[in-house]
Amino acid sequence: MLLFIFLPIISVVTQSLHIDHEQVFVEVENCDFFGCKKAMAVDTEATEQLRAEQPLGRFVGLDNYFNRSHLASSEIATAWKNSDSFGEFYDQVYNLPLYRAIIFTLVYTFTVTPLLIILGFLIAIGVNSLHRHLKGFVIFFSLLPMIVTPLVGSLILFWMIDSRGIIGSSLQHLFNDPNLSLKASTSLTWITLMVYGVWHSAPFAFVIFYAGLQTLPQDTLESAMIDGASRWERIRYVVIPHLMPLVTFVALIQLMDNFRVFEPIVGFNASAHATSLSSIIFSDLGGESRLLSSASTTSVLTILGVIVLLSPVLYRTWRDWERKV
Amino acid sequence: MTSTVVENKSFSLKLFTSVFIVFWLLIAAFPFFWTFWGSFKVELDFFSKENWMNAITGIRTFREHGEHFTGAGYEGAWIQEDFWKAVINTALVCLFVVCTSLTIGTLGAYALSRSGFRYAFWLLILALVFRAMPPITLVAGYLLPFFEWGLWGKLSTTVVVLVAINQPFTLWMLHSFFQKIPKELDESAMVDGCTNFQAFRYVILPVMWPGVITTGLFSFLLAYNDFAVTAMLLSKENQTMVPKIASFLGTTQTEGNVMFAVAAVVSAIVPLFFLVMFFQRQIVSGLTAGAVKG
Repeated sequence: MLLFIFLPIISVVTQSLHIDHEQVFVEVENCDFFGCKKAMAVDTEATEQLRAEQPLGRFVGLDNYFNRSHLASSEIATAWKNSDSFGEFYDQVYNLPLYRAIIFTLVYTFTVTPLLIILGFLIAIGVNSLHRHLKGFVIFFSLLPMIVTPLVGSLILFWMIDSRGIIGSSLQHLFNDPNLSLKASTSLTWITLMVYGVWHSAPFAFVIFYAGLQTLPQDTLESAMIDGASRWERIRYVVIPHLMPLVTFVALIQLMDNFRVFEPIVGFNASAHATSLSSIIFSDLGGESRLLSSASTTSVLTILGVIVLLSPVLYRTWRDWERKV
Repeated sequence: MTSTVVENKSFSLKLFTSVFIVFWLLIAAFPFFWTFWGSFKVELDFFSKENWMNAITGIRTFREHGEHFTGAGYEGAWIQEDFWKAVINTALVCLFVVCTSLTIGTLGAYALSRSGFRYAFWLLILALVFRAMPPITLVAGYLLPFFEWGLWGKLSTTVVVLVAINQPFTLWMLHSFFQKIPKELDESAMVDGCTNFQAFRYVILPVMWPGVITTGLFSFLLAYNDFAVTAMLLSKENQTMVPKIASFLGTTQTEGNVMFAVAAVVSAIVPLFFLVMFFQRQIVSGLTAGAVKG
């Protein structure tokens, strides 16, 4: 396990410090009828040889981190100096690939997570009041969006929202706009991706909350009723406080899951409008040239992001553990 | 219960709850049925510009094939595009991932749960961090060494990587199941003359079955649903289902071939559908086990 977890991380870090070799140039003299010209040409053989000898590439230190496709420190600095308003600054930053990915990932994470918690809670309350025989049936269908492969699930929705698919054409009908396409504009793509995210993860929240509702103390509920609490007040003052630890749990898990949003972007073919951290790594790796060092750099930055995101949780677990021991 | 306070729900509230649940069911299940139904049609019906009813009635399907349903999409995907190979590969990968990670997992988790406290804490931290880390960040690290050593593109390599990524989570889950089994159980077995391993094999494992099955389900789902690792680490001939579907999208956007992808997607969902049907209880208990533990 050590071999497969720590070595790759080390490998990623090393790769992120290198870049591809530059091509080896040789001076060649082209002599033809009119005389000789000196020209630079790529010496393919030597380049290949160099690449084979040192597959990692040249060592460049932290350069990869600060170039244009990653942290882009110099671009940010110029943008900061040259732009008058914050909006202008934002526009310029948005054009840098890494920042665009970070912005999307963060917006996605922090919109989807609260929405799915609310939806999951509502479903759980609703299902809990159903008849016993219906419950199993409803739970079965509720689990489907979560269990199904993310790529496959997003493809299904993608085909439905296609301008010729059922949802897409209904929307066109609804807004009376035959050219409406959910794939064409950036903001609509973002909304679609988030709707997918909620659809995909709400069942998780639902299952957890539903299990929590089963352990609800009946005595407290009854005494609240005797004291004259209305239905809403019972939910507000008895049910929600009881489920609060579970809300933290769901929020934590979903923060982590949404932070690595990736498959829907491939499935929705949305990389032109929305990129997440994972999807830029994927496109770096998958392209013809396999930009390993660029991908590694983004990976390292993502891992750092995860650690920052997790650090409060890790600290809390550690504290709880100390108390227990 | 003898003293039940009578809950008298108002009619409107009941109505609202039912409407909401029906609405949710529609959102959750309708896409699957729609795609399943549509996968037996031709593309012009499934993506119908003129009238969405076409997808239900299948007018053009009838015109082209003489029937309202056609298996053309399935035929194209499974035979023409070799989807069956991908299915076999997926089955192999899932089988080996589940077996390997359960073998390592049960033995390792048993050892951990019977030893001191400290291990468990670090295990939990590892499981958490790995849950949060996008697997693709690690893939970048695997690629170069695998190219160098000529391991890239093989199914066995992918199995090992998937097992490794999944292992902290599997260990943690099994560990929490093992913790529930009282230590006295294996102590009494040892008093009766079992060796350490016999105690594990004949006393602990039978008690553990539900936990093992639940954990196995989750590692199966991980292997089955993974896209990032399999898409990057497998060569074209060895692809499993999910990357295969993704590659359909790239190459077959031409007329008619979208239905191949639709058919392939439906084929990939069917096993999951049955999985949820038979193991619903285990999945729910597995999901909540983590939550109750905190």
